[in-house]
Amino acid sequence: MPDAALKKKRPLWYNLSLLNLPLPGLVSILHRISGALLFVFAAWLLYLLDSSLASAERYDAIKASLAHPLAKLVLLGLLWAYLHHLCAGIRFLFLDVDKGIDLPTARVTSVIVLVASLALTAVVGGVLLW
Amino acid sequence: MVNRVVVGAHYGLRGWLVQRVSAIVMALYTALFAVAVAVSRPVDHTAWKALFGQGWMRFATLLFFASLFLHAWVGMRDILMDYVKPTGLRLALEVLVILVLVGCAGWAVQMLWRT
Repeated sequence: MPDAALKKKRPLWYNLSLLNLPLPGLVSILHRISGALLFVFAAWLLYLLDSSLASAERYDAIKASLAHPLAKLVLLGLLWAYLHHLCAGIRFLFLDVDKGIDLPTARVTSVIVLVASLALTAVVGGVLLW
Repeated sequence: MVNRVVVGAHYGLRGWLVQRVSAIVMALYTALFAVAVAVSRPVDHTAWKALFGQGWMRFATLLFFASLFLHAWVGMRDILMDYVKPTGLRLALEVLVILVLVGCAGWAVQMLWRT
């Protein structure tokens, strides 16, 4: 093959896509993404709280509008964002005080964060939205 | 002479510390809120309003919102510092974030103390 020598000289290609990150890296970038997501939707969430507290009529109107499947899906996504940000944040606080910084432990706690936030989202979302 | 670049942010420990203290306040509030909702089970507007009408709940919720907006500022500042390199654009976006957060903070206080 004439291009075999050429191939050898090619630079290394690192796969930096999200799912190929090591688990602690995945938790880290999802922490950032979930935080940004919550910032973007903060005004909408405040609007929902404001409406729900304003009057019985507006409470009922908001409740009816949130019954739409798309609204439920967005709320479920934001619930996950909040819970992931919370769980990953607690993990980072422990890392700050040098707890769980060795690689095997860091991997295990990363899995715990990913699984716990998804499980909590399913439970809380299931109870509140359905 | 120190050659400083205008980034619209302070340097050093303060933001780092604000991020952690506000995170702990919000984590505690989240647990408190979950318990309060589980106990009082607000199913309609009257019960929902009563939950937020209690003095301690207003106090705790105000602390939550104060922490939230400080936390969001430090987080968004970090994101903008990492991804937006042109100084002018970054400064504009940072100012925009501050304005949004201050506006939201006023709104949050208003909805908590509205009769």
